[in-house]
Amino acid sequence: MADEVVLVDTWVSMFGMRVRIALAEKGIKYEYKEEDLCNKSKLLLKINPIYKKIPVLIHNGKPVCESLIIVQYIDEVWNDRSPLMPSDPYPRACARFWADFVDKRVYDVAKKVWTTKGEEQEAAKKEFIEAFQILERQLGDHPYFGGERFGFVDLSLIPFYSWFYAYETFGNFSIEAECPKIIAWAKRCLQKDSVASTLPDEKKVYECVVQMRKRFGVE
Amino acid sequence: MAEEVLLFSTWFSIYGRRVEMALKLKGIEYKFIEEDLTNKSPSLLKYNPVHKKVPVLVHNGKPVAESLVILEYIDETWKNHPILPKHPYERANTRFWAKFIDEKCWPAILQACWGKDQKEREKAAEELSKLLQFLENELKGKRFFGGETIGLLDIAGNTIGYWLGVFEEAAGVSELLTREKFPKLFNWVNEWLSVSAIKENLPPRDKHVAFMRLNGQGFWDDYNASK
Repeated sequence: MADEVVLVDTWVSMFGMRVRIALAEKGIKYEYKEEDLCNKSKLLLKINPIYKKIPVLIHNGKPVCESLIIVQYIDEVWNDRSPLMPSDPYPRACARFWADFVDKRVYDVAKKVWTTKGEEQEAAKKEFIEAFQILERQLGDHPYFGGERFGFVDLSLIPFYSWFYAYETFGNFSIEAECPKIIAWAKRCLQKDSVASTLPDEKKVYECVVQMRKRFGVE
Repeated sequence: MAEEVLLFSTWFSIYGRRVEMALKLKGIEYKFIEEDLTNKSPSLLKYNPVHKKVPVLVHNGKPVAESLVILEYIDETWKNHPILPKHPYERANTRFWAKFIDEKCWPAILQACWGKDQKEREKAAEELSKLLQFLENELKGKRFFGGETIGLLDIAGNTIGYWLGVFEEAAGVSELLTREKFPKLFNWVNEWLSVSAIKENLPPRDKHVAFMRLNGQGFWDDYNASK
């Protein structure tokens, strides 16, 4: 039976980008459904009733939610090509730890950089840079977080690069000045087709964030 | 080479107890190192410099942190008594519900117990009831979330199986997980408490309740401050 793979997502979501990169790495054909998060579809509410969020992967009718869980699912089902996770337990545990770090220490504070002002924003910028400096130290002299090969942690973090221009503009700071190795790593990742074809143009992301700030009442 | 397994944790750590349950279930010998969280040891800070938290498992000198990451590591390293299902879809499902317990149930429990006023606590209790209903539905007709034997989700379910009741008693709020409201979950708790790897790894209840009476508010305040 041919696999039926559907991805319910939104173009600007860094979580959705993780899944799209994983699908591209594995060469999996899928149907893409763009969701309007201001007007959530009946489909989304049915396949993710608990969080009502994207991305959701639907594989042969069965939904899988939460980006890192989806990526691991993709890696386990299509395990005959382009592994995303290391094969040994200890490096796998490290990969899971660092992807979890991105979720816990990067996402929320990054959001504060573009949704807050004044002291709150300054505090968020400081935490943001600290988180990326920790990641820089973890990267060390390796080309990727996965070592010699692009892997799970790289995939978890690289989507944020498409939002850097927006963070820098609203936060009035330079990420490259603080974390040059991260920028070098990101440019290296962008040489991969799966990443280059997935990440949206940073100016388009910026325009989208401008609109979101209006909706959030930040301006 | 002889295995050396160390576990840095505390007697009251919900996450540390999960690791102990998995180690006991698989019959893995380990050395427990009790941490004083007001005075963290140089070893803890060395093994978990990023979060500086317990639990940390150190296997032959290599540290693993974050309880759900540790549980998967244990399962991949010691293959007896597997705690994750074989099928990728069921594995994804297990991971989803474990994350749900930590990200949704845990803050709701803290707020239902130590929210700033009765209105806030009641609202959180209502939310928690809805969350428990999701878990009730997920159990379906099974004895455990893992099926006939306990799995990762039953272990991560310690939040619901034991900690919820202790916190409610410490905070003096009414019990949510009753037989009338959640018959399947209620039954699961009884089955769960009868498993030796579980019941031998719970903090002593009276001591735990007394501890939470003093520290519960602090737990909620810390959680809020981190958000």
